[in-house]
Amino acid sequence: MKILLTAKGTEWDSKMDPRFGRTEFFFIYDEETKKVDTYDNRAIANEAHGAGPKTAQKMSEYNVDILITGNGPGGNAASVVKQTGIKVFVGAGEMTVKEAYEAYKSGELK
Amino acid sequence: MKIAIASGKGGTGKTTVSTNLTSLLSEKSAVVLTDLDVEEPNSGLFISGEKICEVDKYKMIPEWEKDECILCGNCQKVCNFNAVMKLSKIIMVFPELCHGCYACSELCPTNSLPMKPKKMGELKHFKSGNLDFIESKLIIGEEQAVPLIKQTLDYVDENFPDKTIKIFDAPPGTSCPVIEATKDADLILLVTEPTPFGLHDLKLAVETMKALKKDIGVIINRFGIGDANVEEYCEENNIPIIAKIPNMRKIAEIYSNGELLYHKIPEVKAQLENIITFISEYQQENTL
Repeated sequence: MKILLTAKGTEWDSKMDPRFGRTEFFFIYDEETKKVDTYDNRAIANEAHGAGPKTAQKMSEYNVDILITGNGPGGNAASVVKQTGIKVFVGAGEMTVKEAYEAYKSGELK
Repeated sequence: MKIAIASGKGGTGKTTVSTNLTSLLSEKSAVVLTDLDVEEPNSGLFISGEKICEVDKYKMIPEWEKDECILCGNCQKVCNFNAVMKLSKIIMVFPELCHGCYACSELCPTNSLPMKPKKMGELKHFKSGNLDFIESKLIIGEEQAVPLIKQTLDYVDENFPDKTIKIFDAPPGTSCPVIEATKDADLILLVTEPTPFGLHDLKLAVETMKALKKDIGVIINRFGIGDANVEEYCEENNIPIIAKIPNMRKIAEIYSNGELLYHKIPEVKAQLENIITFISEYQQENTL
């Protein structure tokens, strides 16, 4: 499984970013290769409108299977996510990336 | 002549001034009131008349036709509003984000994004004696106020001669809808209240109107509360204060019943007459 987490930084100890569309970073973990990839999404702060679909479009380029975030994508972003078939888990907004991944693995996230 | 009633801060009395001023003016001459706060028009609560026109208003948005599309992604690149997105095998359009600029449609190499009309709101026109009242309202879910404001202004231009006095009840704030609602006006009347919050937003509104090179006058509503800082600011910046509507419980009571004020409150009528005097002097000076 390839998992994308919305994060405030690029480390396992970084805080999660509870926002999807305006997340600062993508933290992408490939469970098969054990490799971590990150994407700096901070330029999204310059977008007055449409941050959600734009971030969702970017996410779609990474071919991930799972999205873990805090509040979940809003309406426009959600319709993109639906098209991509990515499964969404929310409620990890207050955790670190590591805690969020572990919570997902133990089935604590919805 | 076009007069926009604007404010900066919301809830300062734009609609109170617009509706009462229009009604009083209509006792002597023809006047048109247009509610341009299309996200939440409310002048209609105070003005009634016979409905003489009701039309749906449309904006143009692109619709993806997949057959010829080569998924080059140019549409996504040229959109400044993230309203068009290329995913791996499809193009998604977000109508609420679209500003109808035609860029994606015109620059598509395969003409796969033809522009199609989408209903964004409704315009209604009422008439009662000398008074014409026009209001437009966005349908639920529509985010773009500017295209509807623009089409409403076009309707007014097409249906009334230049000389008629036209009052525009503008939206609050200083963003795009306010610019659209005020940019063609000859004179802008800024309604404020004499409080720190009122002054803060008045300054923003004044700076906006200066950037648009507009003539402005200030109306202080709920005069008697707060402090004297609005008056001092206007004096320092040579902005005329043309009326001071007193703070009275009775005004709130009458307003809450959806009624006009000046029939029942002489103090309000006197202030409206100050505004009318200011307008006619402005008209003569500028030969409008």
